Amino acid sequence: MLRPQARRAIGRVSLSRRLSSQVPATAKMTMFAAINDAMRVALATDPRAVVFGEDVAFGGVFRCTMGLLEEFGKERVLNMPINEQGLVGFGIGMAAVGGTAIAEVQFADYIFPAMDQICNEAAKFRYRSGGEFDVGGLTIRAPANAVGHGGHYHSQSPEAYFAHTPGLKVVYPRDAITAKGLLLACIRDRNPCIFFEPKVLYRSSVQEVPTGDFMLPLGKAEVLTEGSDITLVAWGAQVHVMLKAAARAAEEGISVECIDLATILPWDMHTIRDSVRKTGRLVVTHEAPLTAGFGAEICATIQTHCFDSLEAPIARVCGADTPFPLALEKLYLPDELKVYDAIKQAVSY
Amino acid sequence: MLNLARLAWRPAACRPSAHGARRSFASAGVPLSRFVGAQTPYTHECSFYYPHVHDLPAAMPVFRLMDDEGVAVAGGVLPDLDEPTCVRMMETMVSVNEFDKVFFDAQRQGRLSFYFTNRGEEACAVGSCAALKLEDWIWPQYRELGAIFWRGYTYEEAANQCCHNELDMTKGRQLPMHIGSPEKYSMYVKSNLGQQVPAANGAAYFQKLLGKERCAITYFGEGCASEGDIPSALNIAAVHGCPTIFFCRNNGYAISTHTDDQYKSDGIAPRGVAFGMPSIRVDGNDIFAVYAATARAREIAVREGKPTMIEAMSYRINSHSTSDDDSKYRRSESPEAGYDSERDYWEARSPIVRFGKHLIAKGWWSAQREDDLRKVLRKRAITALNDAEKIPQPHPKHLYTDVFDTIPWHLELQQATLKDHLTRYRKHYPDVSDEHINSL
Ligand SMILES: Cc1ncc(C[n+]2csc(CCOP(=O)(O)OP(=O)(O)O)c2C)c(N)n1
Ligand SMILES: [Mg+2]
Repeated sequence: MLRPQARRAIGRVSLSRRLSSQVPATAKMTMFAAINDAMRVALATDPRAVVFGEDVAFGGVFRCTMGLLEEFGKERVLNMPINEQGLVGFGIGMAAVGGTAIAEVQFADYIFPAMDQICNEAAKFRYRSGGEFDVGGLTIRAPANAVGHGGHYHSQSPEAYFAHTPGLKVVYPRDAITAKGLLLACIRDRNPCIFFEPKVLYRSSVQEVPTGDFMLPLGKAEVLTEGSDITLVAWGAQVHVMLKAAARAAEEGISVECIDLATILPWDMHTIRDSVRKTGRLVVTHEAPLTAGFGAEICATIQTHCFDSLEAPIARVCGADTPFPLALEKLYLPDELKVYDAIKQAVSY
Repeated sequence: MLNLARLAWRPAACRPSAHGARRSFASAGVPLSRFVGAQTPYTHECSFYYPHVHDLPAAMPVFRLMDDEGVAVAGGVLPDLDEPTCVRMMETMVSVNEFDKVFFDAQRQGRLSFYFTNRGEEACAVGSCAALKLEDWIWPQYRELGAIFWRGYTYEEAANQCCHNELDMTKGRQLPMHIGSPEKYSMYVKSNLGQQVPAANGAAYFQKLLGKERCAITYFGEGCASEGDIPSALNIAAVHGCPTIFFCRNNGYAISTHTDDQYKSDGIAPRGVAFGMPSIRVDGNDIFAVYAATARAREIAVREGKPTMIEAMSYRINSHSTSDDDSKYRRSESPEAGYDSERDYWEARSPIVRFGKHLIAKGWWSAQREDDLRKVLRKRAITALNDAEKIPQPHPKHLYTDVFDTIPWHLELQQATLKDHLTRYRKHYPDVSDEHINSL
């Protein structure tokens, strides 16, 4: 049997070495093209990598797997029957014996049939075998977040369920560049990762994305705008709402530090702690429902670490504690004005 | 290695006649069906395969009563349906088709967020539902508009649902075509696949427990049949004798995925036998066959206290929904010469065309009558859509209702917070009326 160290050594290059590579060339890409590119790099650089999911053969319902079957063959790019628990289980088994399994769940809303496989199998594989086995080679991609007209089952943001299961990494890109860099990092990370793709950005996020091999570190938040009055934290599509609210507040002279958490677990507590110690105020905003959302974890931890620095109660601006609606989506969502209002209330506390 | 499952797909004539001795359909000369999901011989016998009684053939035949031209096949026993009933079946199929056309186009014009049609599969829902009693519970997938139309659900109700306005009984919460109705004993359509199937067992079993002669029918696609919910449900149904009718619509595709990538079994019907229930494959484009098989399934449910599996072979003529471009994946070749494409071949055999021919030959229908009906229905659908669009959107308070039976404190707080927010930022929310804000 292959020991973990031996498995790690096969065909892998360390994260730090890749990160230290020179400023890469770029090309204009949508987010779906960037995701496609990340998988292409994974398949090309790792002969053990396999991509599979429902409708992936023709390119996937969001076009993320376009051209992969033609390029890498149907043995490595597999259309799956409609069965999420089955396809995730397939990925677990492949990863357990050294494969690099890149699974697509068609919508994050349809990840629930695979809950048992993810939470009871993938998440505990390493722990229950005393570290003798792991499924670090497993990455599950799933489109998440609101899209404007998705209703209950094409809109959810289920990150908190998975953050509550020790053993899983949970990651959210905010645009084309982070999608490529973080996805490739997830694929190569030695832990099972769930990668939630904000579906509203697939086509709308267009950027100069590094071509070739390119990774961004997991577990690192990114300070997008520096500020001194208040700290804002968001992830996924909500990052853009946060930035707009911050810009609106800035017009009134409020200096906002905006942070993209990017990795939900293990989350970058230190970056947020340092920011809040500086600003004294914190607003966390996410699309998922307020109650037991990941924002709750951030708030609780930050008040422990920053109690002496806080100038105002930590606030959360989140989705309503309701199923995701259709006609009333706009009112459900933590929109720019709700975030702006929370900023105002915090600075005038 | 010899792949037996693949072998089952070959025309019966290509295979050794071992099974032929058991069932006459396998003999040479019997016409083969060309369905995407299984190309097996036709039979005129409405016979369910009973586990432990019948030997399962390598290729389950397709039961049909009308041929592609709508002519009754020799030896078949047509269901005893009078003229008004047959005409109503036809009219219901046409009403599904006209509603589909108007609402599909409306989505293309940006008037609806989403739509999908039932085109080519109208007989599955209408024919099966016509064979049931009103109080038999329906647990739908989503392409079964004809079932609820058969029970009298109106264009206006469907239009209000599609436009998620304040008259939509679900308060604008679900995507268009996510319909249902307690009065019609029909559970709501939802987008997630498969969960309705095990639930149908509970509903069916409970009818039995109450001593009612009722059953439940649950619909699912051949793609959905791959979900774990389906074998789970089949096993429980058989073990506990649930009067459930498992109605699989095998239309050849699941979004882009062809049945070749969905399963290597002989379609779905043999899975019913494998789990221990009488099972049959029918021509889902033959409304008489669908009716007859479902009527028999209902009898088995309420008389024998057993579940059944019906696999109805059909073809999805339209794209999966308004969200996909089927030219990217649909196979082009017609299964037989004389047609430009796979789709054309099936369009010519679509249930409305076939049943129309049959009824015309009987003198119960005419092309003129269909034309006139279509015009009336089209107008009604357009009017229903126009009217539904004018009706206001649901009251914002309905964000918070129905989460629980009563509204708990935390949702009351969120509602009050929203009201306060909308009041202070009124001008930024032009879609929300002052009246709605004030009464929130
Ligand atoms: C649990 C789940 N997984 C995936 C999907 C995405 N999805 C929606 S419809 C569909 C195809 C279903 O095909 P089939 O059951 O054959 O029904 P048809 O559309 O052909 O009528 C898929 C994969 C979903 N809705 N739910
Ligand atoms: Mg199908």
